[in-house]
Amino acid sequence: MKKIFGILGLLIAVCLVTASLSDSFLSAYNVENVLRRSALFGILSIGVAFVIITGGIDLSLGSVVCLVGCALPWLLTVQHWPMPLALLTVAAVSLGIGLFHGLLVTKLRIQPFIVTLCGLLLYRGIARGFTADQTVGFGNEFKSLRLLATGKVPFLPGFDLPAPLLFLAVVAIVAAVFLNRTIFGRYLLALGRNPQAATYSGIPTQKMTILAYVVSSGLAGLGGVLFVLDVNSAQPVDFGSFYELYAIAAAVLGGCSLRGGEGSIVGVLVGAALMQVLRNMITLVTTRNNVEFAIIGAVILLGVVADELTRRVAANRRAAQALQGATAV
Amino acid sequence: MSSPLLEARDICKSFAGVRALKGVSLAVHPGEVLAVIGENGAGKSTLMKILAGVQAPDTGDLLVDGASRSIRSVQEALSLGIALIHQELNLAETLDVGANIFLGREPHRWGWIDAGRVSREARAVLGQVGLLVDPSTLVSTLTIGQQQLVEIAKALSIRARVLIMDEPTSSLSDHETQVLLRLIRELRAQGVGIIYISHRLGEVHGIADRVEVLRDGENAGHLSREEISHAAMVKLMVGRELSQFYPHKTHPSGEVALEVRELRTAAHPAHAVSFEIRAGEVVGMAGLVGAGRSELLQALFGVVPALAGTVRVAGVPVAAASPREAMAAGLALVPEDRKHDGLFLEMGVRENLSIATLHRDQRAGFLNRVKERELCGEMIPAMRIKTPSTEQPVQFLSGGNQQKVVIGKWLATRPRVFLLDEPTRGVDIGAKQEIYRLMEELAAKGVAVLFVSSDLEEILGMSDRVLVLHEGRLNGELSRSELSEEAVMRLATGGHHSTTLAAS
Repeated sequence: MKKIFGILGLLIAVCLVTASLSDSFLSAYNVENVLRRSALFGILSIGVAFVIITGGIDLSLGSVVCLVGCALPWLLTVQHWPMPLALLTVAAVSLGIGLFHGLLVTKLRIQPFIVTLCGLLLYRGIARGFTADQTVGFGNEFKSLRLLATGKVPFLPGFDLPAPLLFLAVVAIVAAVFLNRTIFGRYLLALGRNPQAATYSGIPTQKMTILAYVVSSGLAGLGGVLFVLDVNSAQPVDFGSFYELYAIAAAVLGGCSLRGGEGSIVGVLVGAALMQVLRNMITLVTTRNNVEFAIIGAVILLGVVADELTRRVAANRRAAQALQGATAV
Repeated sequence: MSSPLLEARDICKSFAGVRALKGVSLAVHPGEVLAVIGENGAGKSTLMKILAGVQAPDTGDLLVDGASRSIRSVQEALSLGIALIHQELNLAETLDVGANIFLGREPHRWGWIDAGRVSREARAVLGQVGLLVDPSTLVSTLTIGQQQLVEIAKALSIRARVLIMDEPTSSLSDHETQVLLRLIRELRAQGVGIIYISHRLGEVHGIADRVEVLRDGENAGHLSREEISHAAMVKLMVGRELSQFYPHKTHPSGEVALEVRELRTAAHPAHAVSFEIRAGEVVGMAGLVGAGRSELLQALFGVVPALAGTVRVAGVPVAAASPREAMAAGLALVPEDRKHDGLFLEMGVRENLSIATLHRDQRAGFLNRVKERELCGEMIPAMRIKTPSTEQPVQFLSGGNQQKVVIGKWLATRPRVFLLDEPTRGVDIGAKQEIYRLMEELAAKGVAVLFVSSDLEEILGMSDRVLVLHEGRLNGELSRSELSEEAVMRLATGGHHSTTLAAS
């Protein structure tokens, strides 16, 4: 919990600074926009958090976003598939990719970094292949489908909630309940802490690991669909580029340890929001978008360093208490 | 007597609240072998690490040649001529023998390693320890015994005056042990002071000039050359007579609970093992390191696949391809390496205790938090686990309490057959006795208990029956009336059972 307060404080601080520097930050249009982007990235971040909790990593999700984001308009507008079939196909492809990763990681014991790095190259390459590098989009069609991402739900007078936020809410609640209230969530956390002891305790470690990769790619697929519906078209060369890094950064900022076994959904959500507010701040406050990566990199580094330092202080205090307790006995 | 080469006075050391050493003193003189013995957890290894500069004492003095010194690093210790040969070997396996001997102090010219000198000098010290391998041999290709000799050669090459050996023979073959003991005698004759830690009292009896006994982090007593006897050492180590220490009772044994037929493991595929254990029996499994005991338990529990054979629990065949299936059949395994295989160190006592029963107590996939709390309420007092709360991460508990958590986790599954691999390794004497008490209680309740131990006294003290493995083969079985240290060792080293011999 303390961890979340730290990152939450950082989020609030960045919001306050941005609001004081730019009048348009708190405008209804901008808030909606930031919420929409945060929701989309939140979905991706929750997915990758599952893999990170098992001690793995998923570098491929930006390319899964690209593959799905290109495949959906391509199937609908170029191949003229019926909409339900096209949606089912992209869902099956993204879940299948997760299964494929999970099997390679568990059965063949290939390192997750390698498996998903190859995935990163592979899926974008496939997307560029079948689109022949051409931008694919919906044009003026499929307006009702696009409402899934562009729609608004009336909330306050003059302020509506963007539709992806509802998707995020459902995903986040299911994920949080799964992680904290089911035995499978406990299995995932335990497996991330010590895979060997998990095996000895009768935990189906391989199935749980595969599940994590399926969740990650599946949510990347959902994210890909919503992203492309939101922006209307996708260019295979750079659609979804670096999204995996935004998602991983959000998960780590939100308290997931890359060593595995740690992570909370609320933290990941705050992390994802922080990333988007930072990007928004750079757009609003500076005239130079090209420093975006430098600023984001510096803020994440600061957050992680601060977190590590507080953890050490806490560990020292705990050790001192334990020592006192022991000498008192 | 000359002044001691190395002396420790009133050394205290605590780790995360556990007092490992509470004012220990000892001294070693030139040309003597001082054996330091004690149960696991008595503080021997900690004391040795302090002498060698690996760890700093909290309080207390170290004296070299009678002058007070603070030894703050291994480098300082080495420069004073004190070398430690670790229990776990510390060689860089991917480097060759010569590179290991001179690791960190390579002879060099203009920044280039003087390969000729490395080779020459390495050859000289290797000859001294009787290891006839080329200095360019990769360490990973050597046997454990040869690697041990490389460590000693390394110590010789810095002209160590005090050589500390922490259980040097624990993984050596008989022949390698003899080579090592002969070498120790030669070094002693050259005036080197040797501190020799071992669990093998026979070896200690053969080589030590003096024995210093540690118990629970304190000096428990010492024995001069004439006083050294097996009984005297055990008495000082345990602090009481053996019979009081082990709560063994013979149980009326019931039905066959575990039946193993022609089981083959990957470690020793040439030998099939068959045995059975009855409900209420406590069976010890003895053998030397590498005899295949742990592998056998792991195969029974489905951690590693068995190559062939059948296992029945209470008459029902078990195809344990995974621990999950073995658990469902009523097996439980307390693994040898609890930190690696048994515990989630950063997780709390509650989460560790409940992990194996989450599946049984689930409510449609959801955690049953009531059952989880009940389990803690039951196990923590029953096992006498000392912890400030149910949420305390187990990494902050002592070794004994950690082991109780692992055992408690398996008790919760209510197994029919309880497998324990080195159940008391690295736990203090109090916890040890509680673990024995638990094994007894389990047997009294009709659970079949099979435990592997390298501690002969534990085997003798706790078993109704002993199975002895030698190089993967079940070399013999001893009933309680036939049990003696000699009989177990004879079988463990490949000798024949006196009665089997008569029968065949």
